[in-house]
Order: sequence, then structure tokens, then C-alpha cells
Amino acid sequence: MADHSHAHGHDDHGPAFHASLRDYVVGFILSVILTAIPFWLVMSGAIADHQTAGLVITAFAAVQIVVHMVYFLHMSGKVEGGWNLLALIFTGILVMILLSGTLWVMFHLNHNMMPVKMDGMG
Amino acid sequence: MSTADTTLTGQYYDLHEHDHPEGGSTMLGFWLYLMSDCLIFAMLFATFAVLGGNYAAGPGPKDLFDLPLVAVNTSMLLFSSITYGFAMIAMQNGKVGQTQLWLVITGLFGLAFLGIEMTEFHHMIGEGAGPQRSAFLSAFFTLVGTHGCHVTFGIIWLVTLLVQLGKHGLTAANQRRLMCLSLFWHFLDVVWIGVFTFVYLMGALR
Repeated sequence: MADHSHAHGHDDHGPAFHASLRDYVVGFILSVILTAIPFWLVMSGAIADHQTAGLVITAFAAVQIVVHMVYFLHMSGKVEGGWNLLALIFTGILVMILLSGTLWVMFHLNHNMMPVKMDGMG
Repeated sequence: MSTADTTLTGQYYDLHEHDHPEGGSTMLGFWLYLMSDCLIFAMLFATFAVLGGNYAAGPGPKDLFDLPLVAVNTSMLLFSSITYGFAMIAMQNGKVGQTQLWLVITGLFGLAFLGIEMTEFHHMIGEGAGPQRSAFLSAFFTLVGTHGCHVTFGIIWLVTLLVQLGKHGLTAANQRRLMCLSLFWHFLDVVWIGVFTFVYLMGALR
């Protein structure tokens, strides 16, 4: 086939990443640990203070997302000449603006939308 | 005459532009699609964060969520991630049969995930806790349902690729498609981390 020989002549345009068994196994073991701990924390009620527990499981989620990105999605500055990573960082910034902006506006809106009790709250 | 033709066309078309191999930009393009999908999920997460506390005197997360079941569901998706990884390794080694086998196992884990999710939804709706019950439940069904929808289409795609592999083997095009689905599948697992953390576990903490 024409496109077959075409693709063969250019090794630098070959697979976008090279998967290794080691990466997948390490990623899997880390994910199992990072999933099991937050489930255990919540189900056993090991941390009595809910606010603290919430922060801890958020931290675990953040770490697990990075683990998945590195070991499963093979994210690095080398893939596609760094454009993948750049797009990811850009999206990450947008997501942060979207989430923090929404929460900030909406929860302050909740406070400001109770005009009847304004003098009582003053 | 023929030389004249060549020079003529040569003026209008760059016949020797530098090489763009077929599919050379597919992986980057697909990644950009995933990033836009990421924005959709971010929006749904933001909606859930805002509406997630409005139960309208209906059932809350503590009444509805069965954490052991969610843990099983999470493990299904996690197992499917590593089996897809094994399929990718088999693909790199040029083994069609092994690739297909791991893809089938991945698909079965995906189906198990969907089955458990559907059971959960069915149970909730049966208890009168459907998407129309409260803002919390509307946001919940939209977010988790959109993820489930993605998994469903991932499985349809996976079956399509199984057929393609059976017909054409590990051609360059099929390898590229498998790599795209790999990104898609692992991306859904990343979204699920957000779902089980912020919807289920945080819900149980409320």
C-alpha cells in the first residue's frame, strides 16, 4: 500500500509516544494506592473534621490526576514537540479560572441575595 | 507541450512542499479535542459545585450514594485502564491477536462499569430520586451521565476497532486509531477521578 511505504520512510513521524510495560504497571499501582486511601479515609471516618478530610482527598485526587497524565497519557514536554503539554497547561489554566470564578461569583451571590435580612445581619 | 504544462502548473502549485505524512497531525488534533472535552466536564463540575447542596427537601448524597459500590465501579475503570495499556504494548510488539484479546478484556471492564452505573441510576430513579427531583440530582445525573455517555461511545469505538483489526491487521492507520482511543480511554479515567472525589466522597462528607 502506498501510505504504508510512505509512513515507513519517516521514523521521526512514527508513534507519538512509546508505551512501556513498566510505566503502565507503576502507574496502575500508584493509582490503586491513591484511590484506596481517600475511599478508606471517607468510609472509615478516620479524619473527624470534614473540612480537613475534604482537603486531603482533594490533594489525593490532584496527585492521581498527575500520575494518570504521566504514566497512562504519556504526557511530557517531548511529545509532539511540546504542543500537547502546552495545550494541557492552557486548558488547566482555563479550568482553574472557570471553577474558581464560578464558585467565587455564585457563593457570594448567595450571600448578597438575602436583602430582607440585611439589617439583621449587619 | 508537456514541459509547458509542467511549468504552468508549477507556477500555481508548490509540487515539492515539504513532507506531511498521512496522519502526522492526528495525535495533536485528537489531544486538542480532548482538551475541549475537558472544558465541558469542567463546566459540569462547576455546575455541580454550585447546585450540589440544593436538595429541595429531597434525598441527599448520604441517603443515595453507596460508597462500596462506587469503589467497585472505580476499580473496574482502573482495571480497564491497565488492560488497555497491555493492548498498546501488544500493538507495539506487532501482535494482532494479543491486542484484540486485551481490547476485549478492556471492553468487558468498560461494560461492567456501565452496568454498575446503570444499576445505581435505576435504583435512584426507582426511589423517586430522578434528575427532576432537585437541583442536586439534576446536576448529578448530568455530570455522571455525560461521563457514562463518553464511556458508552468509547466502547462502541473499541468494538469498531476490533472489527478493523480483524479485517486489516495492525496497519499504520489502525495503530493511529488505537492510540487515539488510548488517549480517550485514559482521559475518561482522569475525569472519573474528579467524579468519585468531588461527587461521591465529598457528598458523603457533606
